[in-house]
Amino acid sequence: MQVRDTTAGYGMPTRLVHWLMAAAIIGMYVLGLWMVELDYYSPYYRIAPDIHRSVGMILLGLLLVRFAWRLGNAKPSDDELSPVERVIGTIVHWGFYPLLLALMVSGYLMSTADGRPVAVFDWFSVPAIIHDKGMEKTAGEIHELLADVTMVVVLLHAIAALKHHFLDRSRVLTRMWSGPPKDQ
Amino acid sequence: MKLSPASLALIAALLASGPATAADYVIDTDKAHASINFRIKHLGFSWLTGRFDKFSGTFSFDPDKPETSKVKVVVDTDSVNSNHAERDKHLRGKEFLDTANFPTATFESTSVKLDGDRATITGNLTLHGVTKEITIGATRVGGGDDPWGGHRDGFSGTTSLPLKDFGINYNLGPAAQEVELALEIEGVRQ
Repeated sequence: MQVRDTTAGYGMPTRLVHWLMAAAIIGMYVLGLWMVELDYYSPYYRIAPDIHRSVGMILLGLLLVRFAWRLGNAKPSDDELSPVERVIGTIVHWGFYPLLLALMVSGYLMSTADGRPVAVFDWFSVPAIIHDKGMEKTAGEIHELLADVTMVVVLLHAIAALKHHFLDRSRVLTRMWSGPPKDQ
Repeated sequence: MKLSPASLALIAALLASGPATAADYVIDTDKAHASINFRIKHLGFSWLTGRFDKFSGTFSFDPDKPETSKVKVVVDTDSVNSNHAERDKHLRGKEFLDTANFPTATFESTSVKLDGDRATITGNLTLHGVTKEITIGATRVGGGDDPWGGHRDGFSGTTSLPLKDFGINYNLGPAAQEVELALEIEGVRQ
């Protein structure tokens, strides 16, 4: 099993974290939209936001680790793509980091605006750094906006991957699933 | 036109009589000697309390003729504070105060009736875009010169608002149909 990323393909950690985060982030978007509409007597009224906060904090940790891993590893080459596609791809791939960071931090700031920590399941809790009552309003608006922006970028990213896979017959999608070809 | 000394004296008396009957006050939100507090039952098990941190208002008051008093208050609904950020965000949302569409709530009195030491203030409250007549039971707490050269008067008031009357229909349970308001108002005479 290949661990590190090389110019030939992605290692197992990158692929695993990519798909885990992809599923979690899309799931979090749906969960977020659903949980704010729950009525007060719903059995999920408390547990749904608890899960949303917990998963969000774990995703924030994963994002930071993943960013460090990206910086410390080679990036598989995109030579087969057109120059325009390479530029857009680079913007989208690197853009995900600040976008997701801002999305997750705004959620954290919303929940900790009153000084309360964020509980990550019943494992541990993350203390508030900025105690600024009223901040939850701005943080909440940013969180909602960035969640929508993230889904648009995710969609763009997915469409591009499918285009490269089906129209260009490129390996950019399969290499994120199965790693570098065995003969390399 | 030439005015006789007698008519000048009459004009002077009329001018002087204005401020002497009812004085105008500004509610002391600047130094926070006033608060708009609310409480509502949580599931019927306890009282949840909160307040609106930002509001402004004025009143006129004449201790000899309290029934001529008037009061007007404007509340910044965004400033709702129940000491829990996520709950306050929920309260600002479309299911409750909908502060994006209704950033202020206003109360303007229409009449004041006295009943011994107590007064009943009737007026129009606009909340969540709905204007309804409400009554506030009020008492005068005290008044007089403050230590810094001003004059103050203070009042306490309570009222109860059925949430549905103001178009707030989110179901918080049978015990939480009404929110109680406790108003503590101190004004500085202008």
